[in-house]
Amino acid sequence: MVKKINILAGQDKSANLEVIEMLEVQAGEILAVVGPTGSGKTQLISDIEQYAAGETPSRRHVLINDLAAGDYDGQLSFRRLVAEVSQNMNFVIDMSVEEFLLMHAQIREIDRPEIVTKEVIKVTNELAGEPVSKQDNITVLSGGQSRALMVADVALISNAPVVLIDEVENAGINRLQAMSFLAGQGKVVIVVTHDPMLSLMADKRIVMKNGGMLKLQETTQEEKTVLKQLIEVDQKLSILRDNIRQGGSINKETLREGELL
Amino acid sequence: MRFIIVTGTPAAGKTSVMMHTIRHLLTEGLKVAACKIDCLETSDDRRYRSLGIPVAVGLSDYFCPDHFYVANLEEIFSWAEEQEAEILVLETAGLCHRCAPAVDGCLSICVIDNLSGIDTPRKVGPILTTADIVAVSKGDIVSQAEREVFRRKVEMVNPRARIIELNGLTGQGSLRLKKEILESSPVNRIEGKELRYSMPAAVCSYCSGETIIGSTYQMGNIKKVDFGRKSSG
Ligand SMILES: Nc1nc2c(ncn2[C@@H]2O[C@H](COP(=O)(O)OP(=O)(O)OP(=O)(O)O)[C@@H](O)[C@H]2O)c(=O)[nH]1
Ligand SMILES: [Mg+2]
Repeated sequence: MVKKINILAGQDKSANLEVIEMLEVQAGEILAVVGPTGSGKTQLISDIEQYAAGETPSRRHVLINDLAAGDYDGQLSFRRLVAEVSQNMNFVIDMSVEEFLLMHAQIREIDRPEIVTKEVIKVTNELAGEPVSKQDNITVLSGGQSRALMVADVALISNAPVVLIDEVENAGINRLQAMSFLAGQGKVVIVVTHDPMLSLMADKRIVMKNGGMLKLQETTQEEKTVLKQLIEVDQKLSILRDNIRQGGSINKETLREGELL
Repeated sequence: MRFIIVTGTPAAGKTSVMMHTIRHLLTEGLKVAACKIDCLETSDDRRYRSLGIPVAVGLSDYFCPDHFYVANLEEIFSWAEEQEAEILVLETAGLCHRCAPAVDGCLSICVIDNLSGIDTPRKVGPILTTADIVAVSKGDIVSQAEREVFRRKVEMVNPRARIIELNGLTGQGSLRLKKEILESSPVNRIEGKELRYSMPAAVCSYCSGETIIGSTYQMGNIKKVDFGRKSSG
């Protein structure tokens, strides 16, 4: 069981010691990684994935339950530390959703694979806008359906203790719900994002700059309140989005009706 | 010299993965040479040469690239020694599923990609079953679930191999591969060493089941590498 992950500082791109000397994330916590493009978000994630021990360009050290990679001596109970759900990922296997999930569950040696499969499809449908049925071919799912299925599968079938959500756009998946669902399963959830809602949804955020960890910010009580308002604004925006999708037009009147003005 | 044989299906990411790994080896101050065997054409030599290391290319043309490869192992070995290489990376053509280039005593790395489909591990045969290390690439574009299924299928075919998930674009995972290379044993000579699996049949001594390396064991149609080939383009 992974209880927590610590990242011990290395250096930034100019070989200066990082400002944040230690970053700790507990199971069930959500960490947002923010910062401009090229600020070192990917390297940070990659250090965690590789269970870095000072050998990566950042020279960071990663500890799991206070132990370094060398201390485990190949006896890790999980195959892969980080499971990832990203915008670039697709399903390529030509199979039905049910067949594929059963196969994955069997390979993971899960008891009663039929029950887990049902549960995964149920969660997928809670997260995705358009319903997914077990007979659907997995390669023809929409972007939102695929992402929802990936999240549900990662939460219930994969055993990676850390889940990384990378730039998953808003198309047809409830991302906030997906993140709290993953955290609820006792995962360490890391989300790389430019979206203010996702950042505030996290328990804390690490700000990256020039390859280094610059600032660690706990989400304040006030930000949590602001988040509720942002979610309301987002819901209003999504009404506009649907309106446009269905052939409607937008004017000041619709904005006023939608309480956006 | 450590003799590293890199095999795998076409376009699996062999060169991409090895470029990252060689960069790590060069950072440690090691001398690396690379040789690519292919059938008709390759631009891999240009990519390896961009690392500033000695590179040779052998094109088999009308020969089976695998037979061409084994008939030239001795010569490739001496060439790399002339370059004073401490590590030789030999990338094979990997054109047919029946290829069997692994040699006892040489670290054999099979590169196979997640996109090739979950039946591929079962189909590829000796390049996968005789590998010491299986480098699984292109995990960045398929779902986590498929990566796990694919990995399991690889394990079922070759339970002995160490599996490394590698990204040929970013180089993620290449540090582990570097470590494996450094931990492998150097070889003094290649002559007399044995193929781990016989080659598919054709028209030279290896076609009729020969497995020992060296000119003395070769007869019939044999073609040798021309080490004078300059970088194309
Ligand atoms: N997305 C992604 N693309 C990759 C990865 N590894 C390699 N590629 C791409 O796959 C293509 C083939 O890569 P190569 O390294 O040339 O493959 P190869 O096995 O050496 O190919 P041959 O020598 O021609 O058989 C290139 O366009 C690479 O950029 C990876 O991990 N992820
Ligand atoms: Mg190549």
